[in-house]
Amino acid sequence: MYSVGNLVKELAEKHGRERDSLIPILQGIVERHNYLTDEAMVEVAKELDISAAEVYGTASFYTFLDTEPRGKYVIRVCKTITCMMKGKNEILQTLEDMLKIKVGETTPDKMFSLLETNCIGWCHKAPAMLINEIPYTELTPEKVVEILKSYMKK
Amino acid sequence: MIQTGLNKVDLIFEQVNPKDVLKKAYEMTSEEIIKQILESGLKGRGGAGFPTGLKWKYTAAEKDPEKYIVCNADEGEPGTFKDREILDRVAYKVYAGMAIAGMAIGAKKGIVYLRGEYKFLLPKLQRELDIFHKLLSEVGFDFRISYRLGSGAYICGEESALFESIQGERGEPRNKPPYPTTSGVFFKPTSINNVETLVTAVMIIHHGAEVYNQLGTKDSRGSKVFSVSGDTPIPGIYELELGMTVQQFVNEFGDGDTKAVQVGGASGFCVPRKKFAETIIGFEGVPTGGSMKLFNSSRSMYNVLHNYLEFFVEESCGQCTPCRVGCQQLLKGIEKVKKGEVKSTYLNELMKLADTMKLASKCGLGQSVGNAFKTIVENFREEIIY
Repeated sequence: MYSVGNLVKELAEKHGRERDSLIPILQGIVERHNYLTDEAMVEVAKELDISAAEVYGTASFYTFLDTEPRGKYVIRVCKTITCMMKGKNEILQTLEDMLKIKVGETTPDKMFSLLETNCIGWCHKAPAMLINEIPYTELTPEKVVEILKSYMKK
Repeated sequence: MIQTGLNKVDLIFEQVNPKDVLKKAYEMTSEEIIKQILESGLKGRGGAGFPTGLKWKYTAAEKDPEKYIVCNADEGEPGTFKDREILDRVAYKVYAGMAIAGMAIGAKKGIVYLRGEYKFLLPKLQRELDIFHKLLSEVGFDFRISYRLGSGAYICGEESALFESIQGERGEPRNKPPYPTTSGVFFKPTSINNVETLVTAVMIIHHGAEVYNQLGTKDSRGSKVFSVSGDTPIPGIYELELGMTVQQFVNEFGDGDTKAVQVGGASGFCVPRKKFAETIIGFEGVPTGGSMKLFNSSRSMYNVLHNYLEFFVEESCGQCTPCRVGCQQLLKGIEKVKKGEVKSTYLNELMKLADTMKLASKCGLGQSVGNAFKTIVENFREEIIY
């Protein structure tokens, strides 16, 4: 667990304490800590003076506002039709082999989470994936190995 | 203009001096701007195709002094990537379009709702916005634009779900009416326009409605940016004059073995080879927000449909029953037919379910699932069964 109180206050100063500040604040927490803990959501609820259930209800609607533990680098491989046609499965297999985890899992060192996602808008350069917010396109298994190695060195 | 074959157009990415266009618009009255857009025949470029001039006219007529321009940059339809390219290359024209819309309807605030998947673009877009705000001050128009980021929900491209999301809620669509022109974001009169629509409006003001009017057909005026992907040797972004047939499109983009084209993404229509020649891409035939996917004969249309249905099962917001349950049953249904657990005539029941979803779903998502489902099952029934 991490201490999230200060971050929530900092984000509330930046985005305000209105209801429409909620999602930017949650996005700010995910950007820093990769996912939303219960503790973080309770802090946000207190700060905005709304119920924690409303915070959870909103967060759980959005795929990128993860309420489950995620690694430092969240890999989202596009699984929609064009990426599927252009070899998404080989990309996923390469990632699973390198990270020794399955889709939906996080490495034990909490560095990488591997997920599938719906169309990320790179169909003309399929297959594609996001690592946090950075897109990688025209992937091949060799290219994926290189990309992942560069993250492992970070 | 050459009217034979595919006419490649360069309006959207054409460089203009934003200050000149803004000044030109600022010297026009609200009525004059709206008249130009109405006369151009511009329809919304996000897919639904509502006349932009009417949207602006209705919003302008509202008495509430607090109004909004929202730019819908939550481009999530599978196969669409044109709005990212437009924002990346000519964001200043998107901002100019929002400002001109602001002049037309009497709004002082604009919000761009950018999909979370495009977050990597935000620092650059924000820098360009700062420059644009300076430009606006020089012109003397009081208007401010801000960004809101999505968080990975396809449904937030639906206008009322997008408003809910901006307001910090779950992205669940609202009942309509009231329409956004009377009650949009923060329940204030709002004109919500697609990225490409706003840029097109700038070019209409720049060149004049009569010039724009020369492009396209009676029902589909102008040009459109297409996102081309799938089995094509030349995937990418192309701005083309509207009015072409699918055959003309396939002649240009196909790999010589095209058996079907999915026009308009997962919520669009599947056009099989035998209908290429008779089908026009546009509002008189198959409309599209830009997504054009080509499939050659090595592809199983069962896999295509299965992939689309999985997409909808995950992206349905779950609020209304026809869509939530309907998507799941369509997916389970074709799986059962494929495995032979039910007779192939079960597909007829699923077709009826797709019709029910079209009638009974609350928003465009559930209402459009049947488009792909029905056109794929009708044209490729054998591939679904065997």
